[in-house]
Amino acid sequence: MAIIEIKNLHAQIEGNEILKGINLTVNAGETHAIMGPNGSGKSTLASVLAGREEYEITEGEVLYHGKDLLDMDPNERACEGIFLAFQYPVEIPGVNNSYFLKTAVNAIRKHRGEEEIDPGDFLTLLREKMKLVHMDDKFLSRSINEGFSGGEKKRNEIFQMMVLDPTFAVLDETDSGLDIDALKIVADGVNEFRKDPKKAAIVVTHYQRLLNYIVPDFVHVLVDGKIVQSGGKELAFELEDKGYGWIEIEPAPAHA
Amino acid sequence: MNQQIEPVTGRDLFRQHFEEVEDRFSSNGQSWFMNTRKAAFARFTELGIPTRKDEAWKHTSLNPFNEVEFRPSDVSDVDSKALLEGIVFHNWKAHRVVFQDGQYSEGNSAINNLPKGLTIVSLKEAFSTHREVIEEHLASYAGEDENEAFVALNTALHEDGLLVMVEKGVVVEDPIHLIYLTTSHAHPSSTHPRTLVIAEEGSQLTLIERYAGEEGSVYFTNAVSEIVLGENAHFDHYRLQDESPQSFHIGTVQIEQGRNSRYRTHAISIGSRIGRNGIAAHLDGEGIECVMNGLFLTQDDQHIDNHTRVIHAQPHCYSHEVFKGILDDHSSGAFTGRIIVKEGAQKTDAIQSSKNLLLSDDATISPDPQLEIFADDVKCTHGATIGQLDTDAIFYLRARGIDEQSARGLLTFAFANEIIEQIKIEPLRDYLEAIIARRYRKGAL
Repeated sequence: MAIIEIKNLHAQIEGNEILKGINLTVNAGETHAIMGPNGSGKSTLASVLAGREEYEITEGEVLYHGKDLLDMDPNERACEGIFLAFQYPVEIPGVNNSYFLKTAVNAIRKHRGEEEIDPGDFLTLLREKMKLVHMDDKFLSRSINEGFSGGEKKRNEIFQMMVLDPTFAVLDETDSGLDIDALKIVADGVNEFRKDPKKAAIVVTHYQRLLNYIVPDFVHVLVDGKIVQSGGKELAFELEDKGYGWIEIEPAPAHA
Repeated sequence: MNQQIEPVTGRDLFRQHFEEVEDRFSSNGQSWFMNTRKAAFARFTELGIPTRKDEAWKHTSLNPFNEVEFRPSDVSDVDSKALLEGIVFHNWKAHRVVFQDGQYSEGNSAINNLPKGLTIVSLKEAFSTHREVIEEHLASYAGEDENEAFVALNTALHEDGLLVMVEKGVVVEDPIHLIYLTTSHAHPSSTHPRTLVIAEEGSQLTLIERYAGEEGSVYFTNAVSEIVLGENAHFDHYRLQDESPQSFHIGTVQIEQGRNSRYRTHAISIGSRIGRNGIAAHLDGEGIECVMNGLFLTQDDQHIDNHTRVIHAQPHCYSHEVFKGILDDHSSGAFTGRIIVKEGAQKTDAIQSSKNLLLSDDATISPDPQLEIFADDVKCTHGATIGQLDTDAIFYLRARGIDEQSARGLLTFAFANEIIEQIKIEPLRDYLEAIIARRYRKGAL
């Protein structure tokens, strides 16, 4: 069953076309890796899926569970189960993590027509997930990402993903700048998420290293706003060896 | 042809008020104070109502104020129980003193169990019972600053107010909750509340000074507080201006600090159509600490103008000042902060910052920090910021399911919370959080 269907997606920012016709279908239970050189449009794709308003969609459509995703507000997308792990998580002084997450969890529950979460249950949930990403209790009273190291910020993204329990996750270079220990923590979180066959993920990365820990079902290569090559996980190894240079001259195979 | 009768306003209006006051106070127990009142009124007449031509009033036009024919507030017999219900904090221990329309309201106050060493007495009564204290202190400190005309007017016209005295070494556990309340009148009314606090050596006190009025009523509050802190005295001050949105509020606070004393204030302005705060601290001894936290919230056509002045007169003193403004709609605000370091006040450590959040394209703020330093071994910093809500932060919150309105509310609250979280009075914190939630979250979530 298709969770997300991206059809001929074109997007631009300030008159510059970044995405030039993306076609990609992600089914339940699948993890797709998107690789590509800097400036190829990987992060733009992730931002467009999450609903960043700076990007203008000039052509194409995106269906999420068959519904028009591009018509939804960013918060509506999140409430419908889409999660973006930010490449650069934002620091928000004055709003502590637990209050923020409670507000987010309750917004999502309200959207689903559910009651607000019981404060005791909520705390139990937080503690359980915090353990998985190796965070201590002090974290809850700290402001969102304020004064966090790069690794802490990325772990926080994964932590939020686990608490909000989305259906479809987009991880935008969550591995960049992580040492191997932090990388394993992040990968464990994503692998836990993937266990559920109703869920799916797109992992945007620059480095093949991550894919040793999060083994994708498909790998796509994005160059200049288009997917130019798709394949299995072996494609990632090939890219690691040869770089992106060889791929650009080959014609893109059709991908359904 | 109809001849319209011009309303009596401004200086002429207050001359009429003064004549009434003269009649009433010449014959009673306050006659000995009449010369001070007369001199103050002469000073007011000389200065007049400030205009934008005055440097210290360049950000604030009093034209709307000058159009109103205020009357001296009558002794009202309005039952203010319902109004007070929304103002007092429940399940909270405090010595409550309420003034209604300028007069002490015994029925609404609760000062029966005062601890030893704490005196709370209405100023009107104190003129008979504590004449020496009044002679020594009242009108001895305030008025040398930018609000001089209004301080003089208050000294000339004040009807009542509060005298608080804490004896040497006495630590007052429960805060004093002082409420100056204005009820609605058929005509615009005016009051000149006066507060005098004397905290002797080594004493400790918390005072919450509230100004509130009935929604929709047009009135003028011209408040002056003088605070005298002895050596090593500790004073926690909360000043909450939550007047009716149609009112005019001019507030002046003068703090005289002795050696090693500690003063900490939260000056919060929410109400009034035009509001002006003048807060001045005189650090006249070594080892003094003075903390001024300010927060003002404006909306619609409100205008709030804050003037602070910290005078470092002696070495080794510390002052820390943060004023934050949140301005919405067509509202406007100003912050003028002066730090004066006198010759010889070495090792002064003074920090001042003005941070402002504009929620609308039509809101304006004029921050104006001023340093005057006459000593050479000091550490003084100041800074001012004006910004809007961070769009990246809004998107981040929305990407987690929080709708835009709530995201904006959350970020606005976060901005204010830097000040609010430092308030030690829990019900006051709750009160402010609720106001902010109502204003900026607009029922979302």
